[in-house]
Formats: sequence, structure tokens, C-alpha cells
Amino acid sequence: MSRELRVLSPTAILGYGFPMESFEEGMKRKPHVIAVDAGSTDPGPYYLGAGISFTDESAVKRDLEIMIKAARENGIPVIVGTAGGSGGEPHLQEVVEIVKSIGENNGLAFKMAVIHAEIEKEYVINKLLDGKVKPLHPVPELTLEELEKTERIVGQMGLEPIIKALEEGAEVIIAGRAYDPTVFAALAVKDGFDAGLALHMGKILECASIAATPGSGSDCMFGYLGEDNFRLEPLNPIRKCTTLSVAAHTLYEKTNPYILPGPGGILDLQDTKFHQETDNIVKVTGSKFVPSDVYTVKLEGTKKVGYRTVSIAGTRDSIMISQIESIIQEVRDRVKDNFKNADYKYHLDFKVYGRDAVMGSLEPKKEITSHEIGIVIEAVADTQKIANTICSFARSTMLHYGYDGRISTAGNLAFPYSPSDFKAGEVYEFSIYHIVEVDDPYELFKIDYVNV
Amino acid sequence: MKTKLKDIAEVIRSKNAGPYELTFDIIFKDWEIFEKACEKKIINEKVIADLYHISVEDVINIIEFKPAKAIKATIVRPMASGRLGETDVYGAQQHAPLVDLEVDL
Repeated sequence: MSRELRVLSPTAILGYGFPMESFEEGMKRKPHVIAVDAGSTDPGPYYLGAGISFTDESAVKRDLEIMIKAARENGIPVIVGTAGGSGGEPHLQEVVEIVKSIGENNGLAFKMAVIHAEIEKEYVINKLLDGKVKPLHPVPELTLEELEKTERIVGQMGLEPIIKALEEGAEVIIAGRAYDPTVFAALAVKDGFDAGLALHMGKILECASIAATPGSGSDCMFGYLGEDNFRLEPLNPIRKCTTLSVAAHTLYEKTNPYILPGPGGILDLQDTKFHQETDNIVKVTGSKFVPSDVYTVKLEGTKKVGYRTVSIAGTRDSIMISQIESIIQEVRDRVKDNFKNADYKYHLDFKVYGRDAVMGSLEPKKEITSHEIGIVIEAVADTQKIANTICSFARSTMLHYGYDGRISTAGNLAFPYSPSDFKAGEVYEFSIYHIVEVDDPYELFKIDYVNV
Repeated sequence: MKTKLKDIAEVIRSKNAGPYELTFDIIFKDWEIFEKACEKKIINEKVIADLYHISVEDVINIIEFKPAKAIKATIVRPMASGRLGETDVYGAQQHAPLVDLEVDL
């Protein structure tokens, strides 16, 4: 009889939740592993730099407690990738603490592997000087100056460190930044299943039920990996996997859906076929993993660029709306003039909702056709205090500004809140999104073991 | 036949493909429309560049993906996700001009 390896993916991102009924359906199918992706770069550069998760701690604990209890009862591993949303050291430690408290609260004993993914700046500097750090188009070349400014760097681990942790008997694996499919594929590849099929299955399972129709980021998906195919089954009876829903998901967030580069090689989907096996199960064949000559790891890093304060307002005055562009320019000039002796460096921006605040430079329609507009005044400066000052001054100037033809003389802006200004704290930007050539796939990803 | 993209597509969406790229997916309503759309190259580099006021060099690729009866276009993001001046961190609301795009099928 041909072999089969079964994987339960409870949710698209750890902390996004899942219905218990779906999870229990998954456990009835006797999975060999429960795996979940916990992160993404989608929420932007802040979370990696600040060392903060974009998911909520209580929600992460809820999901993880259900997963770990079920896994311990069944003697199967739990694998979490990109812990804490960004997979840096503070993100990883937050999840490790959650796992420890789950162990204690439930009287569970298990061996936990903690796989680190934060990279020393010194390492990247040496690699850069050796010419082993390369940008992926359209990312600019990395410079030493950018690297110096970078707050935190993580590397996307491949399958190898996770397989090693499994071989060394880990029952719960909490991994830092990891290439999304690895946590779903590691056990299969360790047991000799085809890496191309395992990784492609992981690529789909990492978003759980998003690949079903109707899609959901907070519902379970089940994967059955065979010798020459894999099958996907949603666990909620309201959802179905169709060849279209699964193929459409293969497009999602990718530049080229046929060729997907990852650590140590590419996933080649040029010969992939999607078959409708039953009403709600799709079978996939033909996906291949092509190892590269040189093993590369993708690095992600962010730098701090200042502190932000924002003020949210609206205007309903047609005379003001018709002149909004010149009013903004005049407010800018007033801010500049008022603080000309203070030597403040700042970024001051006015987002005009109803004009181009959603698409910016890509917006083809420039005229305002709405009876009201929203305005977000934003100041970013080297300190929170300067950002507060600039935002506050721009806001008060705009509120009382005497523009040409003004007949509403009591105030130009409607503020929905008091206070009107919000301190948004540290601001980060991506500074590194490059690949580095490594000598071996383990060198960046140290594993610690903790007996919980 | 002149028509709007929204009348022949069941999905039109945009999303980041990493922090430096923006990718658009157009999934067509049926196979016949998809094949015609590919044959007539209704989504090409120039159409995308004109629609978003960017240069053709900033259109990274246009890919026909048959398993999903989809055509996909990827462009260089005007700025890396989350940089000062950002308007859409996830890139999820940049599809709008495609919805009303007039195409000749």
C-alpha cells in the first residue's frame, strides 16, 4: 500500500482562530503533524523592527493551547513557523513563554525546540564584503550604510533546521522566521516524501482555508501527501476545495506562479495539474523541487526612521474642498516658516481621502467628486516630541486657516475625536530584502531545546 | 466587442508580492473568455503602464496562468511597503482602475 502523510493546518496565521468543530474533524483524520504559519511581511516593516507581534497574545494562546493539547494526546508534533509574526528574537521569546505557560497550566511535559532566526549584523557585513549578499529585482543593492542603520535582521529558514529538530526528538517546534511552507513539509521530507509535492502542499496549507471556496483565513484545512500527489480537504462542511479555488490561491501574492524561489531551490509548478477528486477535495500532481547549486537564504531587515503623530479630520465645505491643494501648500509653508529657527527635520504629509489617499501616485482620477473629504495629517520626525509639535501646529493652522473666499469662519475641520492627535510611536522602513549565499542551511539557525 | 473588465472577470485583485512588488490577478468568468483574453493580449505591459501612469520598464511581467483561467500582472511598487508616503501597506486596494478598464474582446 502506498504511503500517506497527513497534515492539519488549523488557521492561516496563528492567532487568527478556527472553529473547534473543524479542528476536531481534522483530528479524526489522524494527522501526523499539526503545523501553522504565524507570520508575514504583509503588515509592513514596523513589527520586525519594533519586536512586536501583529497578532494578539491571548488569541495566539487560545489557538496554540488547543493545538498542543490535541497533539500531546495523539503523540504527534506541533510546528510553528515565523513565531510572533516576524520571527525575530523578541517575537520568538513571546511565543516560547506562551508555550511554557500552556505546558504548566495543563500539566503537560514535552521537549520543545526553539529555532532562532535573528541574524547578527556582523555576519551580514562580512557576507556583503564577500559579495555574497544580492538584491532581488526591484530591490536596490545593499550598502554598508543601510546595514548600519538596520534595527533587526531575520533570515528565512528552509526545511533543514526543522527536520533536524524533529530528528532530535522535538515534540513542539517554535521556529523564528521560516519560509512559509517549511513547517508543513518538514516531517514529510524527513520521512522521504517528494520535496516538490510537500512544499507545494505547504504553500497552500499555510493559508489554511483561504484556498477553499468560500475562503477563510480563520478555518482549518487538511492535507494528504502521497507518493506522487497530494490532496486538500477543507474541514468545514460549508467550504469546498475546487480546482479553481486551489489554482487561484497559487497565484496569490506571487510574481510568477510557475516558479517559486525558496531557500535552497525553486518550486517548479510548470507541470502541475489540479484534479477535482470529490465534491470538496482537490488532488494536485506534477509539482517539482529543483535544488539550486548554491544555497541561499532570504534576509529581511528594517530600520527606524523616526516617530509618528497623526491627526484625523474631515471637511464638508465645498469652497474649502475646491481649494484643498493650495490650502495644504499654504499650511505647509506656515509650518516651515514658524519653525525655521528650530532646525527640525520632519516629514509632513496630508492624505486627502476622496482624492488620492488610497492610491497616491498610481491614482488616475485626480479630481474630487465627493461632497466631503477626509484628511489625515501626518508628521514623522526624529523624536516623538517634534512629531507632536509639527502635527499639532499643522492641525491648528489648517483648522483656522483663512483661505481665499472663506465664508465658514468658525473652523475648517471636523474632528471625530478628542484628543485630535494620536502618537503612533516608532516608524520603520524595510532596509534589507536580499538573499545571502550560505555554506550550509543550518549555519544561521541555532536550535535550543527546552524541557517543558 | 468592447467591454469592461469587471463584466468578464470574476476576480480582480491587487496585493503585495513581497514589500517591493505589487501584483494584480484577473480571474476570468469562463474558459472561452480567458482564452480570448490571452489570444488578444488584452492585458499587456503597455495597458498596465498606461493605466497606472508608470513606465513599461516598471511592469515586471504579465503571466497567463491557465489552471486558474487567470492573467496576472506584476509591477514595481511606487515605494517599498510602509515607507514614508505609503498609502496602502498591504497593496490590497490598487486594483480599482482595472475594474473599469475598457477592453476589446
